[in-house]
Amino acid sequence: MKPFVELDQVSLRYGGEADGLLALDRVDLTIGKGDFVSIVGPSGCGKSTLLKAVTGLWPITGGEVQVAGSRVRGPLKFVGMAFQNSTLLPWRNTLRNVLLPLEIVEPHRSRFRSHRREYEEIALDLLNTVGLHGFATKDIWELSGGMQQRVQLCRALIHEPSLLILDEPFGALDAFTREELWDVLQELCLARKPTVVLVTHDLREAAYLADRVLVMSARPGRFILEHKVAADRPRSLELTYDHDFVDMVRDLREHISSVRTAAPDMEGTNR
Amino acid sequence: MNKSLYQALPWLVIVGMFVLWELIVYVFSIPSFFLPPPSAVFVTLWTQLGPITEHALITLYETLGGFVLATVIGTALGVALGASPLVHHSTYPMLIGFNTVPKSALVPIIVMWFGIGVVPAIITSFMISFFPIVVNVATGIATVEPELRDVLRSLGASKRVILWKVSIPRSLPYLFAALKVAITFAFVGAIVSEIIAANSGIGHLTAVASAQLEPELAFAGLLVISAMGVAMFVVMERVERKTTRRSVHGVGVVTG
Repeated sequence: MKPFVELDQVSLRYGGEADGLLALDRVDLTIGKGDFVSIVGPSGCGKSTLLKAVTGLWPITGGEVQVAGSRVRGPLKFVGMAFQNSTLLPWRNTLRNVLLPLEIVEPHRSRFRSHRREYEEIALDLLNTVGLHGFATKDIWELSGGMQQRVQLCRALIHEPSLLILDEPFGALDAFTREELWDVLQELCLARKPTVVLVTHDLREAAYLADRVLVMSARPGRFILEHKVAADRPRSLELTYDHDFVDMVRDLREHISSVRTAAPDMEGTNR
Repeated sequence: MNKSLYQALPWLVIVGMFVLWELIVYVFSIPSFFLPPPSAVFVTLWTQLGPITEHALITLYETLGGFVLATVIGTALGVALGASPLVHHSTYPMLIGFNTVPKSALVPIIVMWFGIGVVPAIITSFMISFFPIVVNVATGIATVEPELRDVLRSLGASKRVILWKVSIPRSLPYLFAALKVAITFAFVGAIVSEIIAANSGIGHLTAVASAQLEPELAFAGLLVISAMGVAMFVVMERVERKTTRRSVHGVGVVTG
């Protein structure tokens, strides 16, 4: 079967050809349909750039990206995304934030007005599954950080995207809330089976959630290591104390710190 | 502190100021053609209430005319500047250059074109108040978070959709913060124009009164001016609070 996401020798240089900043250097990556891939690496290594290349949000300068069998030439039009910062709209309540993609993505867009009630039911169900029963009419600032991220996940998934892109979605949360949300995300993904690319600094998070964990080198980014996580799903947090799991996380950590020392001071050059 | 006392405090300060003023005039026996006591000013305000109200309404009309023009044109320009980097790049320096010209210096020219009366006051009021609206709306439109933009673009949203669904609603608090500033600017613009060249309006009344050595009337005019300015500011603040209740809190305003 053809992979769902395929990067072939992809390079991306910001700001022009010769003197620009080379963020990605001939990256190869294939992700099968429904797979969950985590990408980890030192700060500024090009993880977020890779996401922009996959989604077509930033034009690549070399190689080829294919998603769902066709070459990516501009922004894709169906992707669900969630970020570390809340990107919710403060003038809309929780429910209307979740509904936003349905007002934009076809075929929902043209059906939205006439089938609004139906879509609201779907959104309410989704809010219930992430534990936000009764919060639909709340304003965004009435929600805690963890709740806002739950809403962001709902918004990213409401239109049942085949590709879900997560850029440090739990980075700003405390450890307990974060682990709670791992399971929320796991449950959503098991039910809906989107192809997921997760960028994170949390190595336990990366390994706990993913089928494969990829380690990126310092900039320009390339993949230097891959771990398959074989554990069955649904996984429980007990897994993170498992001997093999701990060893894998340690190995990931060692690789990242070795590429960090090879090219120190990557902080502050992220773009 | 007692809550009702706390709420009364601003009023007490205002009353205190008038009392102090009265005392100073009395203690130093200042002649009333130099500085009339507030009691005399209030008496004049009462006896001349008819003509003062008439002039004040004309000023209000001019102010609102200029303000409405500034809101419509300023918002449109702000959206254009915020939405298109090209428009911003090409027109912003000109706008700044225009804004640095003191509007009072333009009044004689406007009078030359339109004659003495209401029109120059409306135009001056418009010119002085539209710039903060442009700058703030443009800021609100242009500063959409890059991540949010990515979320929308990867859903297939066109620039137009992003503008309608996000940029414009997001810029509303910026707009209302600017309107609050603009209404007082518009008011000042109308008064300045009246003082320089008009035959009606509260600015004209005040200028004529001081020229004819009727300080009580001049001060009565000033009192009405500041009361009107405060009232307009308060109205706009109410409007702002009503409309942006559920939006971004604490937007800083650029006054231009």
